[in-house]
Amino acid sequence: MSETLVPFDEVIAKYDPALGLEVHVELNTNTKMFCGCPALFGGEPNTHVCPTCLGLPGAMPVVNGKAVESAIRIGLALNCSIAEWCRFARKNYFYPDMPKNFQTSQYDEPIAFDGWLDVEVEGETYRIEIERAHMEEDTGKSTHVGGATGRIHGADYSLVDYNRAGIPLIEIVTRPILVPAEKAPAVARAYVGQLRDLILALGVSDARMDQGSIRADVNLSLAPKGETKLGTRSETKNVNSLRSVERAVRFEMSRHAGILDAGGSVLQETRHFHEDTGTTSSGREKSDAEDYRYFPEPDLVPVAPSREWVEELRGTLPENPTQRRARLQEEYGFSDLEMRDVWAAGALPLIEATVAEGTAPQSARKWWVAELLRRANDAGVELAEVGVTPKQVAEVQALVDAKTINDKLARQVFDGLIAGEGTAAEVIEKRGLALVSDDGPLLAAIDEALAAQPDIAEKIRGGNHAAAGAVIGAVMKATRGQADAARVRELILEKLA
Amino acid sequence: MSQLTRDEVAHLADLARIDLDDAELDHLAPQLNVILEAVASISGVAGDDVPPTSHPIPLTNVFREDVVRPSLSAEQALSGAPEVEEQRFRVPRILGDEQ
Repeated sequence: MSETLVPFDEVIAKYDPALGLEVHVELNTNTKMFCGCPALFGGEPNTHVCPTCLGLPGAMPVVNGKAVESAIRIGLALNCSIAEWCRFARKNYFYPDMPKNFQTSQYDEPIAFDGWLDVEVEGETYRIEIERAHMEEDTGKSTHVGGATGRIHGADYSLVDYNRAGIPLIEIVTRPILVPAEKAPAVARAYVGQLRDLILALGVSDARMDQGSIRADVNLSLAPKGETKLGTRSETKNVNSLRSVERAVRFEMSRHAGILDAGGSVLQETRHFHEDTGTTSSGREKSDAEDYRYFPEPDLVPVAPSREWVEELRGTLPENPTQRRARLQEEYGFSDLEMRDVWAAGALPLIEATVAEGTAPQSARKWWVAELLRRANDAGVELAEVGVTPKQVAEVQALVDAKTINDKLARQVFDGLIAGEGTAAEVIEKRGLALVSDDGPLLAAIDEALAAQPDIAEKIRGGNHAAAGAVIGAVMKATRGQADAARVRELILEKLA
Repeated sequence: MSQLTRDEVAHLADLARIDLDDAELDHLAPQLNVILEAVASISGVAGDDVPPTSHPIPLTNVFREDVVRPSLSAEQALSGAPEVEEQRFRVPRILGDEQ
């Protein structure tokens, strides 16, 4: 069936969306959820596995206490209640990504529930209600072989690596999010972005969407304006960047509207998101929760966090994001307008890290929001993934402060850093970007420029120092921008004094 | 105790990837009901003050330190696999969801 996509403006005129977001956070514990295998990204296939995470007969799981601690801290940071007593459950399904034929998860007794997170979009605050955050384990990684596209459909067989199977995951589920239709894509993106920042601040995950340590499933349904009953939803799985979250919501809204406009009904199913086209395609029909035949995991005992422990963990929470933002704006002396741009760019944690390396706040802001944001936008990636670290920005600014380079050359240094040409100092060396620090070549260039423009020399001698600008310009050109303009000016004035 | 229908047994068999023909369903559905009835008699003994349990020993909070322990080698991990390719478990064609 070919799809009719309704333009976004028409969708928002006729329909109201209900959003639901399920975000999986891979914890950065040393070991897996139920065994002592390393919880590392990648590695040689099937080298981080043991009888427990391979589901071999007789192996017994034991809960990683650190993962429970991280789950509670995430729950508290999301203003959730923490269960006094809860259990793990088996989610039964037959799929080779879990060698046990079930995933150990939580069902009706999540560790954290009933919370909220306030997110800001264009100056408006939206309260996103959190239904639950529960503990579970990640699955193995399948590679599909054969068929035309390397996708599961048409594949001849699959190869499975279980290194990832059993890595602790926290799944955070929202209640239906009902926001003005035109805001829905931006609110979805802002929620996942602020959740990621919160997770980073808690230090419980690498929070790298590009590496899958944070993954979002986007549920969406539409109902005609004024209708209070929610429509049938689709669930777009594994959306792996903030930009994709926004695009997936937008695309699904247009697709649903096309079906509803034609008098059809939306199929309740999972969908796959395609980064290249910004579209989704059908996955499988969603099975009812009962089909997983959840039951309490008999190999694990209940988790009953004492109230003392919960309060102790509450004391370890980072400052809440709104307070932190106000405090940093004050500390850095940013104007409201500057702060709004910093916030919209997701640059605050990056600026904070750069300042921590010794850079002046305004310099850090200038590089992240003016220079690097443009590059991130051009490349279609998040600012944090632009390919330059806060430490590198601090190094570049230190070189500017030391007059080794100027701002213009610094931009070329960033080119080199993004291209992976080594440290800032190495890029300067390789590309020959350092400012001319020796007065000799500068004086030679000044003489040449003055000789070419004898009338200018007269003006300067006559006290018209502004005329030096033309000579400085010529010297900069002659040195390909590698002269310190202030030093050139000094030399000209000394010479003609 | 409501009876398990023949359709429900067929559905469960499907979920459990057990291929049952009509004759087997006719034979097994009533047997399962007998088992369910036997288990249901427990609810006649347990009063409201006895909560359902998932574990025979009243323990909570058994946690492991977050310390890495040796894993198996890939050779050991794959030693029981029917088929191996590129140091991975080779499994038959999967029809279903892509993860």
